[in-house]
Amino acid sequence: MKTAMSTTSPSRRDQARQFIEALPHCQALAMTVDAVGDGEAVMSMPYSENLIGDPKTGVIHGGAVSALMDTCGGTAVMAHPSGPAMTATLDLRIDYMRAAKPGNAVTAKAVCYHMTRSVAFVRAVAHDGDETDPVATATGAFTVQGARK
Amino acid sequence: MNRQRPEPVQVVKHRRDAALKALVEGIPYARFLGISFERHGDELTSILNYHDALIGNPALPALHGGVTAAFLETAALIELEWQLLWSEVESGRIDADALSTETMPRMPKTIDFTVDYLRTGLPRDAYARAKVNRSGRRYASVHVEAWQDNRSRPFAQGTGHFLMPSTE
Repeated sequence: MKTAMSTTSPSRRDQARQFIEALPHCQALAMTVDAVGDGEAVMSMPYSENLIGDPKTGVIHGGAVSALMDTCGGTAVMAHPSGPAMTATLDLRIDYMRAAKPGNAVTAKAVCYHMTRSVAFVRAVAHDGDETDPVATATGAFTVQGARK
Repeated sequence: MNRQRPEPVQVVKHRRDAALKALVEGIPYARFLGISFERHGDELTSILNYHDALIGNPALPALHGGVTAAFLETAALIELEWQLLWSEVESGRIDADALSTETMPRMPKTIDFTVDYLRTGLPRDAYARAKVNRSGRRYASVHVEAWQDNRSRPFAQGTGHFLMPSTE
């Protein structure tokens, strides 16, 4: 995902939320930003028939979970205290633990656990109601442009 | 010489197109993203038909990274499924005309998928071709490349591992 926004720190979290939720594809998947902290973000995506990958079971497609994890990872990078002006995904690996329960929303939590001048390292976990029973985990590297430090 | 005459072209095409249609039609998410498939013999090209809802960054504008990931994963999985289905349909073990979402054989599941973002995805159609590097009894490994303008300048590539359906 590519994101860009201006950084004024007090309202940065609210800005992040508004900015992310306005992205066309995030709107198409009805993603919401539930929480933003320093280098952290929680986002969720409601169940929708459009997202089904296996019509026999109604299980959503892994790609939709990828889209949520990618967006959440980018949001965590933007929320890092170093205040990047822009980020883009370099690489993202998703491990699928199990099928998400049909009908359940999927929630992802991403943490930007390390930041250099040009690269941000992110971990993310997605679940469908029980945080201790993840649907998928992800690790990613994101580009960083215009960080303050 | 007692060689069997080749099947008429329309019979061959009908069977293969029917099998592909049954495979692809069953995936609402592929339809939602606007992914279609072109077939030349057994070679598949996945096409991501551009529409505005695929945009992640309206300022550039650029395709959403999640769209790229989903497109690559769909292309990889369909290629693997298509190869499994192809041998069943061509051998006559499965009747392509009787295939539907309900009668489709069990398909592989994604274990993991890694996306390598090489360039910004531009607001236009994208294409992908996947190669099954290993298809074993239990696991498969598939590599996929996606491009837009130039086949030799991919904007993303991916590798996935898949769990094969159990053959009781």
